Amino acid sequence: MVTRKHSTQIIMITVLLVVVMSISMLTVGAARRRVTIRFVAANHPFTDVIKPLIPEFEKETGIRVDVENYEENQLTQKLTVEFTSGASTVDVFMTRPLQEGRLFYRNKWYHNLNQYLSAPGWDWADYPKSTVEAVTLNEDIYAIPIVTEWKTLFYRKDLFAKAGLKVPTTFEELEEAARRLHDPANDMYGIVLRGQRGAAVTQFSSFLYSHGGDFIKDGKCVIDSPEAVEAFKYYGRLLHDYGPPGVTNMSWPQAQALFASGKVAMWADASVLIAGIIDAEKSVVADQVGVAIFPAGPAGAKPFQVVPWSVAIAAQSKQKEAALEFLKWATSKTMAKTAQLGGLTMARNSVWNDPEIAKHIYPGLAESARLTGPIAVPYDRPLMTAVTEARDAIGEVIVTAIESGGKADLASLAKSAAAKVDVLLARAGEGPSK
Amino acid sequence: MSAKKPLRVGQLIEKNIKWLFPLPTGVFIFLMMIFPVLYTFYVSLTDWDMISGGLISFIGLDNYINLLKDPRFFNAVKLTLYFTVLAVGVEVILGVFIALVLNRDFRGKNIVKLFLLLPMVATPVAIGLAWTLFYEPTIGLGNYGLKLLGLPPSQWLGSKAMVIPALALVDIWEWTPMITLIVLAGLASLPQESFEAAFVDGASRFQIIRYVTLPLLRPTILIALILRCIDALKTFDIIYVMTTGGPGFASETLNIYAYNLSFNYFRFGAASAALVALFTLVLACNLIVLWMRKTYEM
Repeated sequence: MVTRKHSTQIIMITVLLVVVMSISMLTVGAARRRVTIRFVAANHPFTDVIKPLIPEFEKETGIRVDVENYEENQLTQKLTVEFTSGASTVDVFMTRPLQEGRLFYRNKWYHNLNQYLSAPGWDWADYPKSTVEAVTLNEDIYAIPIVTEWKTLFYRKDLFAKAGLKVPTTFEELEEAARRLHDPANDMYGIVLRGQRGAAVTQFSSFLYSHGGDFIKDGKCVIDSPEAVEAFKYYGRLLHDYGPPGVTNMSWPQAQALFASGKVAMWADASVLIAGIIDAEKSVVADQVGVAIFPAGPAGAKPFQVVPWSVAIAAQSKQKEAALEFLKWATSKTMAKTAQLGGLTMARNSVWNDPEIAKHIYPGLAESARLTGPIAVPYDRPLMTAVTEARDAIGEVIVTAIESGGKADLASLAKSAAAKVDVLLARAGEGPSK
Repeated sequence: MSAKKPLRVGQLIEKNIKWLFPLPTGVFIFLMMIFPVLYTFYVSLTDWDMISGGLISFIGLDNYINLLKDPRFFNAVKLTLYFTVLAVGVEVILGVFIALVLNRDFRGKNIVKLFLLLPMVATPVAIGLAWTLFYEPTIGLGNYGLKLLGLPPSQWLGSKAMVIPALALVDIWEWTPMITLIVLAGLASLPQESFEAAFVDGASRFQIIRYVTLPLLRPTILIALILRCIDALKTFDIIYVMTTGGPGFASETLNIYAYNLSFNYFRFGAASAALVALFTLVLACNLIVLWMRKTYEM
């Protein structure tokens, strides 16, 4: 029952629709030329440095960058969920090679970067060999290192001077200094180290290596070796006798807050955390922070030095060219210099050899980097895919060691932890090769 | 373009109106409540994990068998029950007691009720952070209070023995008012005749409470108990914020354990099995409470 009047109306509406739709198509086409990439970052000082500079990159290249940042564990979760769904829109992301490198590599979530490394101006040779190894699996380079960090001993210069103590260079001296400075009646504790289950493992690692122990050897967990048990005992005794109360719930934020509020005399942790204790706005002891190289144990001084953070391109990214542009910009020499001047310890060699930058590095920090480099162990946790679960198993031994002051039956606890880690290694096909 | 069609559709709607109207709700309940439960159950029968990175395959009850071999699972079940019994037990006794005390007219009653609501409407994460400060062994108010009472300081969340009672205390602080409010509402609706009769018979105040008020209140208390049990068994936020299951695994309840399995270890199959176990536990506890209600209310 279509009348003539109706048909004219229909024609008019159709024409109108066609016009409107073609206009909108045109605008879509114009917008498509302006690429937007999604950069998922961690809550890290590097993100703080790079974020305000992104408008410059956008102006230079015409690529728009959307930045999101998350706490490190939430970041891993967020990325895992997105990549698993297969519908991820992440283009570039920050990633922890030691923590999730193997997991993400195994699931093919990293875009292989080997082909781009010779890009002019990027200067891949500027990265120390150890940092390159940190982001390489099966000869595939899956991410670009950003920063390095190493085990450092922070101490209170004023307290050491007052007590007439010299900076400890051995574990005996470390324990002795902790004992002398421990004064709980006046809210002063000798030393703080991480005591929280999984978080403690990375910081325990240097104590483990310096006792002659290790996490994994030939595909088997050796956390139950006599050397490792000695390390558990020492770590537990130190924190039980001279540590703050509640240390078994402490990761770095709590330890850092305690040191910054002037309640502990020593703190050994990752070098990057110095930022929070030399900042006069956050720390009442900002002008009294001494930086020392990690002391030597029975097997010598073996602090870790690692690449905690790197940047990668997502394999699922549909805009790899734009992503690569951004990656090159974010990891450029200029950016490394800016970040180093902002107080970070960058992976590139050039920032350490530049005398102009050296003037701005906190006294003692560059020295500790120089001395740590040659003796360092390049990992601070077991190198395996199921690293989080392994850390929890090993961390349980650390917690019991602290609670008992090293007096519990740590040997058998370590044995069952090692058995658990062995199961995890086997499950991921990383067990001993036959 | 026939004109008949809309009419047919109209008839169709009219005929099936009793199905059509609840349909959105039905679809919603299925998608948001039934489907996730069924899917979790399905995943619990697979070996889906990101560590081995292989294809997902059906492995029957293996996840459940592994769960039964894991001491952390039993630890988690034990802690979940310990936390729930401790928290809900104290909450019910304290909540009913406060309700009985408040159940009379006095000036400022409404203001007291308002204050009772405050812990319940606060954000759990904020509550967790505030209590973490309270429990801080060095500078926290908790140990300061103990010192004033002449008691030795406690490690609170830092000690394996104290951590669950300390967490239960937060839950008690947060949720006792809910029991009080439910019981107050129940008290207001009780028939006055029984009280008058008891009063005429010369019952003492204690006897009235023991033999008249409490028995009459039983259904109300049971409802409050069920609601609190479901919630306490599933408690996640305050534990995660305050201890993340530590020290060691001393406060790793089932929910935290399942969270660790899924979002930290990326073993989704195993995590789903743990969640099905939690689901069963919640269901079982409530069936027990309901059964008690039937048995004792004859």
